[in-house]
Amino acid sequence: MSKETEIKRRVYLDHAAATPMDLRVKEAMDSYMTDEYGNAGGLYREGRRAKDGIDHARKSLARILSCRPDEVVFTSGGTEGDVLAIIGTARANKDRGSHIVTTTIEHQAVLESCEALEKEGFEVTYVDVEPNGVVDPKKIESALRDDTILVSVMYANNEIGTIQPIRNIAKILKDRKIIFHTDACQASEYLDLDVQKLGVDLLVLNGSKVYGPKGVGAVFVRNGTRVRPILFGGAQEGKRRAGTENVPGIVGLGRALEIADEMKVREGARLSELRDYLISRITKEIKRTILNGDAKERLPNNVNISILDIEGEATLLYLDNYGIACSTGSACTSESLDPSHVILALGKPYEHAHASIRFTLGRGTKKEDLDYLMEYLPGVVTTLRKISPITVEEDAKGMSHPEAFAGENMRVKANSKNYK
Amino acid sequence: MSDKKDLKGADIDVINQYTGEKWYYTDTVKEHFFKPRNLLLDAPDESNFDANGMVGSPACGDMMNMWMKVDPKTEKIKDLKWKTFGCGSAIAATSMYSVMLTEEGGMTIESALKVKPQHIMMRLGGLPNRKIHCSVLADKAFQKTVNDYFRKTDQHDRIITDGARVVDERLNITDKDIEEAVLEGAQTLEEVQKKLKVGVGMSEESVTDIEQLIRFYAEKYYG
Ligand SMILES: Cc1ncc(COP(=O)(O)O)c(C=O)c1O
Ligand code: FES
Repeated sequence: MSKETEIKRRVYLDHAAATPMDLRVKEAMDSYMTDEYGNAGGLYREGRRAKDGIDHARKSLARILSCRPDEVVFTSGGTEGDVLAIIGTARANKDRGSHIVTTTIEHQAVLESCEALEKEGFEVTYVDVEPNGVVDPKKIESALRDDTILVSVMYANNEIGTIQPIRNIAKILKDRKIIFHTDACQASEYLDLDVQKLGVDLLVLNGSKVYGPKGVGAVFVRNGTRVRPILFGGAQEGKRRAGTENVPGIVGLGRALEIADEMKVREGARLSELRDYLISRITKEIKRTILNGDAKERLPNNVNISILDIEGEATLLYLDNYGIACSTGSACTSESLDPSHVILALGKPYEHAHASIRFTLGRGTKKEDLDYLMEYLPGVVTTLRKISPITVEEDAKGMSHPEAFAGENMRVKANSKNYK
Repeated sequence: MSDKKDLKGADIDVINQYTGEKWYYTDTVKEHFFKPRNLLLDAPDESNFDANGMVGSPACGDMMNMWMKVDPKTEKIKDLKWKTFGCGSAIAATSMYSVMLTEEGGMTIESALKVKPQHIMMRLGGLPNRKIHCSVLADKAFQKTVNDYFRKTDQHDRIITDGARVVDERLNITDKDIEEAVLEGAQTLEEVQKKLKVGVGMSEESVTDIEQLIRFYAEKYYG
């Protein structure tokens, strides 16, 4: 194995986690950090300049989302947006009912907001997705009750990139006066964000996935949708989000989305081709590999594959040594030591989650980068498979060696997909 | 040992996407991760080994399989090989552990059992907090391998039964052994005896006890 220092090349394939900032975005932001430093609430010149910057970004978002500028609320990112959209909406509409419907593959920001609401007395139905990682709108429909106030389904999944049938779900909800939220953080770089066509009442996006700044995001809140604030202490953002506005961040988010909007079609087509190229090379050149998530209904930049029998963190560290950055659904890299809930939701045993590797391509990714990855990946897999004591079935429904856990107080059935 | 220095000078290898916590791996950890020692690369030739044990980590679900060769006269460990479905830290920790137990002619089983995860950590120059359970995996696999050795060499009295309930005094069979046999697919007393490769002459009351345990675990995992 060669030393890290000998390898000059870096191939970054984790754009679903973070994107490099577009230089045009940085340029737009620059003056708002130094020269135009005013508080947007100030009535004097500095304040007005800052407010102009925010207003411009708000108009850009309104144009891209096909909504009114006052329907855009800026936040500190996707997490805050999701928490506001779920918790703020549920609390404000409690008089109408206390039931919420979502799916098992949502981002933690949505899932944990729902769990917090369960402690407040709300009931939540978590609808299973199909084995291809796409939810069946009929299953959403059958989960609805008379007291359902909110449905939350992500536009595209962050781990496996599957695109959810938002328009179809919106049609089902339209006449029932149920509020519809979608987390579009991963979708905003590639998919149509027209909220009228989508039929959503709440849509969340952030800067870090669209080559903009981290720590800034926005929520579209349809006029007439009641949302109670989750932060208190100021009247900013139409009394919906207290706190001094992150002016450079908001300006950057606006510029980043303008650029993304221009590039969308071209970049989507370019990356879809590269994505399919990489999927076909991996699945052809490495045995016992399984694509997670639907092959067609997926983001143009997402490749998520379980390389059976090997553990994702080890793969990730070996690849990093060759200059390649990617991510894994293995428990070993997660804070909680839980394997990816998304891969488990596909009906696969936890060993498939441990073995999953995600490559997410981006604006800087070229075919040569993928060829570079394929120079090393098969060798890394061969090495790690030699190390591995297990052989996982491709269509396994349970763990391969439950007996290894004797005496550990496993709380699961030996043949179930869930671990723990 | 230059462990402390290594720790400070180490590169940041992994940055957690959710918390931003940095994972530092020392040069020693990296060295063992990229060039693991005593790995068993092919299928095991059972005739080369005296005992074997496979365990899983309840923390993360990873697995470790270990094989041992012992000099029957001195009880020194002649060979300790392993395979893992585990993370970078598990690979590095087990590699280091296998070196510690076999270096300088090999430790005796008795002294090897005194090597604790913290000793592995010391030799590695530390692991991130969340990765400590990974070195425990090596230790647990070894304990199981040693028990297998004791069982195979008819030294039932030496079997380590820590924390488990003994259901057959003479052979030191515990409820954990029964649980394992059931998880391996045994459904009846005969099948359990076959899996444990012991069982002749189990006493009357232990038979009832064991049959009850089989029913309990079968219901728990397959019911
Ligand atoms: C789908 C999805 N929702 C929410 C978030 C959270 O966004 P942020 O990190 O900006 O709080 C992310 C990014 O990690 C995401 O991918
Ligand atoms: S062995 Fe699983 S996290 Fe290390």
